[in-house]
Amino acid sequence: MFDTKYTYAVARIRALETSLFTSQIIEQLIACDTEEQCIQVLQEKGWGDNDTAANADAILGRETEKIWETMKDLGVDMSVFDVLSYPNLFHNLKAAIKDVCSGNENRNLNIYYEDTQISPEEMLDIIKSKDFSRFPENMANAAKEAYETLLHTGDGQLCDVIVDRAALDAIYAAGKAAKDSIIKEYAESIVAIADIKIAVRSQKTAKTMDFMKRAMAPCDSIDVDQLSRAAVGGMEAVVEYLSGTAYAEGGQAIAESSSAFERWCDNRLIQAMKPQKYESFSVGPLVAYVLARENEIKTVRIILSGKQNGFSENSIRERVRDMYV
Amino acid sequence: MSGVVYALLGAALAVILAGIGSAIGVGIAGQAAAGVVTEDPSKFAKVLIMQLLPGTQGIYGLLVGFITLSKIGLLGGGLLELTKGEGLLVLCACLPIGLVGLISAYYQGKTSAAAIGIVAKKPEQFGKAMLFPAMVETYAILALLVSILAVTNLPF
Repeated sequence: MFDTKYTYAVARIRALETSLFTSQIIEQLIACDTEEQCIQVLQEKGWGDNDTAANADAILGRETEKIWETMKDLGVDMSVFDVLSYPNLFHNLKAAIKDVCSGNENRNLNIYYEDTQISPEEMLDIIKSKDFSRFPENMANAAKEAYETLLHTGDGQLCDVIVDRAALDAIYAAGKAAKDSIIKEYAESIVAIADIKIAVRSQKTAKTMDFMKRAMAPCDSIDVDQLSRAAVGGMEAVVEYLSGTAYAEGGQAIAESSSAFERWCDNRLIQAMKPQKYESFSVGPLVAYVLARENEIKTVRIILSGKQNGFSENSIRERVRDMYV
Repeated sequence: MSGVVYALLGAALAVILAGIGSAIGVGIAGQAAAGVVTEDPSKFAKVLIMQLLPGTQGIYGLLVGFITLSKIGLLGGGLLELTKGEGLLVLCACLPIGLVGLISAYYQGKTSAAAIGIVAKKPEQFGKAMLFPAMVETYAILALLVSILAVTNLPF
């Protein structure tokens, strides 16, 4: 009867949603002539802090930190967000394996995400000591296999494939085990879209079916066998296979262009989150807010890099993602 | 004497059940109100009104409790000698506001919390937002009416 433990957090998120960027604000950013003007608009909207340097990386980095500061401040059980942090965690694993295999004593690559369940330092320490059992169950085998593969073959791509597949499996398993429907939906969406991305990229780079099967994680809404077979058969076969699934629009986006497909991948996730705007008592709006903020930051990054590289307004506009609000 | 026990039990249930309902309802709405005020203190007055809406059931229970205590003469000092049947009649008369008060206040609290979400995003829609939890009040008022009519018209 008393399913109200997220009441405070959801009400606070509702108040915060008013400061999320609408498509009008995105248009305003696109209409700016230079990157500096964009940054000025962002600062006026409260992005960054008073002591944040007025450059894109510093402001976007600070905004990403703010997302998790807010979530921690809500006083909810942070384990519900674990599934959202898996991509960063497994990314750190790849970086740590590469650092150790390159003979670096400490973290050499400046590409680690901070604030993950296992800190980058601990991860390096585990890999150096080869004590993979200290990793959680869903990482241990993949870490060992990826480390040994990179050490013996020097094949960085295969190492990435092994870790990425483990990340997808971990997300999917977390989704299956979750009580909240939004986490289930998120996990299913992420894994299915990742499989489609693998199929599209493998088709473009003429990868074998075995490679695809190794990289793709099985899920309910996509048949990995059929998808990989279609990818071997050509892009049209992929589009045709997708037309019979819940991802038919993705097929149309693939046919349009690769940037349209990337855009569709992100938009689909945000569309799936939109019903959470009308939820008042579940963890859904919190998860949706995190994803909406990440999507917002990604979109701003696209606009800023477009401005840096002198892209036209139209070519930036066709890359920007749908907003949550 | 056993009749008075039942009658007092009725008065107690009206106050206890409706009071518990209101405490839960105001608590739920209060959590939502606190969430909004954390981010936007300017909305304090609006969300406070929303929070108070589920509090009325407790007042209704208190009112029926008073009327019942007065009816059986406990407040005036002349406690009536009630039979078991008469005591049970009083108990039955108190049940509507007790039970309906408990359940309606809980749901009104949840509706208030949801309506506070409207105020958080669209404060200009405060009037419409307030109507949703106010609708739940209707049923608490109906139960209050029946309890008052029943207690005051008992044949003793």
